[in-house]
Amino acid sequence: MKTLTTFAAAMLAASTAYAETPILTVYTYDSFVSSWGPGPAIEAAFEETCACDLQFIGTGDGAELLARIRLEGARTKADIVLGLDANLTAAAGATGLFAEHGQLDTAFNLPVEWTDPVFQPFDWGYFAFVYNKETVSNPPQSFADLIASDLKIIIQDPRSSTPGLGLLLWVKAVFGNQAGETWAALNSHVVTVTKGWSEAYGLFLEGEADMVLSYTTSPAYHLIAEEDARFGAALFDEGHYMQIEVAAKIAHTEQPELADMFMEFLTSDAFQTIIPTTNWMYPAVTPTSGLPDGFETLIQPETAHIYLAEQAREMREVALDEWLAVSSK
Amino acid sequence: MVSRIFKITRAGLAGGLALTAILCLIAGTMLAVLARADMLRGLGPSDWSAIRFTLLQSTLSALISVCFAIPLARALSRRNFPLRGVLITLMGAPFILPVMVAVLGLLAVFGRSGIINSTLVWVGLEPVSIYGLHGVVLAHVFFNLPLATRLILQGWQEIPGERFRLAASLGFSPRNVSRLLERPMLRSVLPGAFLVVFLVCLTSFAVALTMGGGPRATTIELAIYQAVRLDFDLAKAALLALVQFGLGVSAALLAMRFALPEAGLGAGFDRPERRWEAQRPALRIIDTGLIIFGALFLLLPLSMVVLNGLPGILNLPAEVWIAALRSLAVAMVAVAITLALALSISAFSVLHRRPFAGTLGMLGIAASPLVIGTGLFIIIHPIADPGRYALVVTALVNALMALPFALRALLPALSGAEANFGRLADGLGMKGWARMRHLWLPRLRRPLGFTAGLTAALSMGDLGVVTLFAAPDQATLPLQLYRLMGAYRMEDAAAAGLLLLGLSLTLFWLFDGGGHERA
Repeated sequence: MKTLTTFAAAMLAASTAYAETPILTVYTYDSFVSSWGPGPAIEAAFEETCACDLQFIGTGDGAELLARIRLEGARTKADIVLGLDANLTAAAGATGLFAEHGQLDTAFNLPVEWTDPVFQPFDWGYFAFVYNKETVSNPPQSFADLIASDLKIIIQDPRSSTPGLGLLLWVKAVFGNQAGETWAALNSHVVTVTKGWSEAYGLFLEGEADMVLSYTTSPAYHLIAEEDARFGAALFDEGHYMQIEVAAKIAHTEQPELADMFMEFLTSDAFQTIIPTTNWMYPAVTPTSGLPDGFETLIQPETAHIYLAEQAREMREVALDEWLAVSSK
Repeated sequence: MVSRIFKITRAGLAGGLALTAILCLIAGTMLAVLARADMLRGLGPSDWSAIRFTLLQSTLSALISVCFAIPLARALSRRNFPLRGVLITLMGAPFILPVMVAVLGLLAVFGRSGIINSTLVWVGLEPVSIYGLHGVVLAHVFFNLPLATRLILQGWQEIPGERFRLAASLGFSPRNVSRLLERPMLRSVLPGAFLVVFLVCLTSFAVALTMGGGPRATTIELAIYQAVRLDFDLAKAALLALVQFGLGVSAALLAMRFALPEAGLGAGFDRPERRWEAQRPALRIIDTGLIIFGALFLLLPLSMVVLNGLPGILNLPAEVWIAALRSLAVAMVAVAITLALALSISAFSVLHRRPFAGTLGMLGIAASPLVIGTGLFIIIHPIADPGRYALVVTALVNALMALPFALRALLPALSGAEANFGRLADGLGMKGWARMRHLWLPRLRRPLGFTAGLTAALSMGDLGVVTLFAAPDQATLPLQLYRLMGAYRMEDAAAAGLLLLGLSLTLFWLFDGGGHERA
């Protein structure tokens, strides 16, 4: 009997040793997993400590993430969803699929106070129109300037893309009841509405338009990674809409410990140092090394707009209907 | 007598099963859609806009295709030149060309940094935009101008040569020939050609997905996809699916009132008529110009796909190769389903003299892939993860879409074989498998090979229903290509496009050629 128990114990130990490395599946947006995005570096950094296999799965742009999760419901294979933003947290929370992260004492360096118990910020930035200084010598200083100009812009679909949604709420925040009229005027400048940010930015770099909706931090990419100072972001008098990108863990994950570990890792120095020069956003917690050189050249909006949680959800519905009605004409 | 009525033959059983399966698939999904559609909410402004855009782009695409096809077909009908036969055969190629490949080629030629715009900018003109209505119509014309040309060319070839000879001996001018010989023919051919193109464009999805530019250029099929994938609003998707089905059925009924021209892919366009009145130098120059334009319009985008794709083909990421294998598997399953369905239905229709069976099999042409897809999605979603069924559903829907073409090829061949050899086979007591092996298969080798090739190529290149179902890590090759474009990995996308083009053409060539060899 004793031999049998020893044998069983040995087998058990052996099988644990041979057991597959646990896999942590993270759904995110496409540009996060691209070879030049944060994905590869973050994967390497986390796998150093977790004894696990971190797998990122790109599901299109940020807003498609939410649709994906809704569609998959409780059957989802994701353990973590990374890349929703503050505009979508109310709708995402309403699915009941996400669990609290339990790390309320993180000291964020965000321009707003963050108290959401479920969605954990990992970076943030301001939306802005990015242009090439060589082709646009006199960038617009407001939406009114842009409308009066003959500049062509590329924007993203607010239903699939978080920057697209950001612009929708930016216009709503600035123009309120006149948002519909503003869109009618803006639309004559729109070359195309892409499904996601990557495609829009790629088309812009190919010269398909004068400006593209992106971030105030985008010129830092060209400056630091490509040593190319030709790109700038147009500073608008009306202020800029802010994006706070968040992650959350799936409540019924089969890897709760790993998922918690990853949620903690999000605000760690290791993660936050990687963000500025790969995702080209401001870190949610400024790393001890500070911001990389070159970030000080970026424009600083004087006014920041943001809707949070439930308010963002309500505004999204109103503004989306307005945009669809005007833009489908 | 009683035993005659109740005798269930194998052909009857198989045919009955096949027809029931098709009916269940189409009617069942429509019921699911009907049950789920939110009738009370009605259609919003963006839905109406999608309906308007769908009708507008279909009308424009059909008009432009037909308008350019008339002079091109006339030029082809009265000029002989080297490679004429090759050019006309090539005009059948867009039919099996994956949409995403054409899109890549068109972008390379007509896009902002493409050949045309670079030339325009070089000359000092404003570049033209390819997004929105322009792009959608351009892509549809690319696909359908060759189709319309072949349909109209057939009309020209059917004018007896004696009439042109008589016209010449009476000293007809080109104007007289046009008025007395060509216009009456066009009057009978054009409505059919227009409607065929209109029907094809009505259910266009992948073109609008890639070339449309936001809410202004959204077709109903695209709106269905957005309702499922972006808003996860199944009630809205179902309502739109109903609208699409209604439009499809109306257009198909309308088309039936006109004699639809046979889109004979292999029909003999062997030689041009001798045309005495068209020997004037001016007409020769115009015709030559038209033929060169037509050939360039078709070949330039495809050459660009090859040129742009070659550099990256060896460095394609693993996920593209895996997607290619997935697509190959889907295509093979689709071929098997199509052949099984088409053979069963043809056998039933011919042996039991039930022509309606063939008509029923054509139903698939009115129901769009996305409508059936939406229905299946609504049925599957409450029970299981639709992503797990993405490939099965894609193969099934691809098979259903290829079925009308399969029946069109198989039915006449089988009834011919039965008419010629059926009594002999009866006399020899050949039934069931024996009849199939010794009578049908040898006689049907060519249409079977053609059907298999067509289904495989169509399925390989299809980007439709899979977009509704696919999970992030379960892409087919066309979907992977679309994702690469979305992530703006253009070099990989170009290489994947070349791979897709090569696989589709090879599949068609292997199957179709296999049918020819031992025939």
